[in-house]
Amino acid sequence: MTAPLLEVESLDAGYGPTDVLHGVSFTVGEGGITTVLGANGAGKTTLLRAVCGLIRRRGRVRFGGAAIESKATEDIVRLGLAHVPDGRGTFVQLSAEENLRVGAITRRDRKGVAADMERMYGYFPRLRERRHQQAGTLSGGEQQMLAIARALMLRPRLLVLDEPSFGLAPLIVRDIFAIMRTVNREERVGILLVEQNAKLALELADTAYLLETGRVVTGGPAAQLRDDETIRRAYLGY
Amino acid sequence: MEAFLHQILSGLATGGIYAAIALSLVMIYQATHHINFAQGEMAMFSTYLAWMMIDAGLPYWVAFAGTVALSFVLGVLIERIVIRPVEHAPVLSVVIVFIALLVILNSLAGWIFSYTIKTFPSPFTWEGSQNGYLSPHELGTIGVTLLVLAALFLFFRFTSLGLAMRAAAQNPVSSRLAGIRVGWMLALGWGLAAAIGAIAGMMIAPVVYLDPNMMAGVMLYAFAAALLGGIDNPLGAVVGGFVVGVVENLAGAYVVGTELKLTVALALIIGVLVFRPTGLFGRRYVTRV
Repeated sequence: MTAPLLEVESLDAGYGPTDVLHGVSFTVGEGGITTVLGANGAGKTTLLRAVCGLIRRRGRVRFGGAAIESKATEDIVRLGLAHVPDGRGTFVQLSAEENLRVGAITRRDRKGVAADMERMYGYFPRLRERRHQQAGTLSGGEQQMLAIARALMLRPRLLVLDEPSFGLAPLIVRDIFAIMRTVNREERVGILLVEQNAKLALELADTAYLLETGRVVTGGPAAQLRDDETIRRAYLGY
Repeated sequence: MEAFLHQILSGLATGGIYAAIALSLVMIYQATHHINFAQGEMAMFSTYLAWMMIDAGLPYWVAFAGTVALSFVLGVLIERIVIRPVEHAPVLSVVIVFIALLVILNSLAGWIFSYTIKTFPSPFTWEGSQNGYLSPHELGTIGVTLLVLAALFLFFRFTSLGLAMRAAAQNPVSSRLAGIRVGWMLALGWGLAAAIGAIAGMMIAPVVYLDPNMMAGVMLYAFAAALLGGIDNPLGAVVGGFVVGVVENLAGAYVVGTELKLTVALALIIGVLVFRPTGLFGRRYVTRV
């Protein structure tokens, strides 16, 4: 087995003086999909913020072999880690196309950026229709597509997604998950996915972890968690 | 009628200067939600730098370019050294810092250059146009203002750095997640605002003369302009600047007289805050959650 793309080891993190995460460890394989499940308030969003250096954290985080636990967010992103934050992080006053340009702002290959923008419009035809519209006026689903497209414009090695299905119609959620699968297969982009919709997440992921009050309580191949009786009852509801 | 037209046109000339200062206020407001009360004093200090260079024998336009560049650097330094440490401080602390900056720059200028009023040259002095509606300096001021505005528009609209600055002002967290160095974008914003202010200072100095308090009145009009246009709208600030310039001139000539002109600015500020707090072009942005 090759070295993992993202390796997190005994990570503590939190806001102010309080820790939310306690000794969390997990990995995302090169080109793999890892999902972190958990109830509201388990610390899922905090976990992603800690990985990206948006909040105070302690522990070991390695990305593509480099230690990033004391790097600034901007530098982590420049290594090829794209984060779609919760609430989508849309630049509401910029046009949809400008949002995509911001996603690629650290890149210098103009032609590649233009080609990638076309590729995004291929994935999300709705965005092409709305490219000149102020992004704040897009629907929730469109903004989620925009957020994912913006993150992909970085040409990331790892795509970090915080609840991409939140508040969206099932049809749109299905589209978005299909595109995540495509991106993962065709471009070998690793994905770290935090989801409330455990069923969808476990279908997509190869590895899964369960987070409860800031601790990883179980983890392993997604198929194994899918068949686990307790998880099925508590998170899948059947 | 001719006099009336003249009042309007020369109002546009000073209005351009208010527009420029209002624009630098708006730029900093958009990025940090703070009003930089020291903007005028920064412009005044820059104008003294220009005076020094001209006094040392440099040609006007060399001094002009040098002042703009130096002011940009000083603006960046002020952000890094003075503003950065109070980034997350309560708003009142920041206001105090701005006022301190204002007082410091004012006294520093008085101490270095003395409080004696100095004349400041205008680069626009060709012969034979004195009979028109506008003096050469007024015409030149309008031209320079429009050039500055056009350059800024092109910069923010079409360059990648301009886009990064707009993004950083709007959504700092998302910007960091796109790899933008938000702190530096703020510093650049300060640099740009200082450079614009410097140009405004050099344009107004031949009219109001150079002394450490030259910007007191100008700042009031610029505030009025920024508020009138909507404090978060650059285009509004520019329109507001021109409107305030014209209104000021007309009121001074026909209504309240030159002595009471400044009250027009105050009346405008209060009027806008009471009747239309978002200004003419200011918007309340609706965001989805």
